[in-house]
Amino acid sequence: MSFRVHVRVMPRTGLLDPQGLAGAHALSVLGFAGAGDVRVGRAIELELAAGSREEAESEARRMCERLLANPVTEDFQLDVEAR
Amino acid sequence: MTRRVAVVRFPGSNCDADALRAAQTVGADARYVWHRDTSLGGADVVILPGGFSYGDYLRSGAIARFSPIMAAVRRHAEAGGPVLGICNGFQILCEAHLLPGALMRNAGLTFVSRPVPVTVERTTTPFTSAYAPGTRLSLPVAHGEGRFAATEDVARMLEAEGRVVLRYVKGDPAAEPGNPNGSAHDIAGISNAEGNVVGIMPHPERVTNPLLGSDEGLGFFTSFMTAASPTPPMESASR
Repeated sequence: MSFRVHVRVMPRTGLLDPQGLAGAHALSVLGFAGAGDVRVGRAIELELAAGSREEAESEARRMCERLLANPVTEDFQLDVEAR
Repeated sequence: MTRRVAVVRFPGSNCDADALRAAQTVGADARYVWHRDTSLGGADVVILPGGFSYGDYLRSGAIARFSPIMAAVRRHAEAGGPVLGICNGFQILCEAHLLPGALMRNAGLTFVSRPVPVTVERTTTPFTSAYAPGTRLSLPVAHGEGRFAATEDVARMLEAEGRVVLRYVKGDPAAEPGNPNGSAHDIAGISNAEGNVVGIMPHPERVTNPLLGSDEGLGFFTSFMTAASPTPPMESASR
């Protein structure tokens, strides 16, 4: 079976996110007065062949823990979509 | 007795020649080792130089840590062999979990390239033994992702165990800014518990000749030449 894996990697809450702060500042300069708490992360998509959805999720989780996210500074979310 | 030094080159390393030259300046038998190699060639000391390995893709050092040579670097480190990571090399050591914490985007977002004042705090390492504790140095930094981040527990442990090797300090006059990147506890460099693995953001290899303005960084290289005989690396014993 083939799956499309969507990975969302975000800086851990509580850690300074200067990119988010710069984004928030720029939005306010542009007049978007209601915008606040901007966080900037990373989205990764990949194809994954696996026997089942559970297997795909577990494999994707291992990828995140090993390479795609830094366990010290980042959190990740997974979404596995059957093709 | 001379020391054999391996300077590891990754695709995107750009301070490798400076590191090699600095090691040769103090009389070391310094050679390059390619990241796809699996042996350090019997080196006593390993230097992971600065640069942008793998274009800093994903995260600085995230891909380099899986290079084939890193297994040998890990064995060398775990056997007590000296390992120095400079800038990108520090980032790689953190990603490889040979040092705790991580290096994140500078708080000011800009790439910072200028000399910064630091003090040498831990001198019981093979790279800082030539300095007296508290020695103040001016060393160049050149990085966009040098903000040391760790949980407060880890930062406190580093302080309690005396593992902060270099710390950013205010300049003299104090109007000169200190900490250039927002690092936790003004940390510019740390070591592992044993002291044989050291990671620093500043570039001592760039200040090793008075002709280029300063040789304040030379001590990082004379240290491993004069320190007690290093632990023989495991790979030569197992050959």
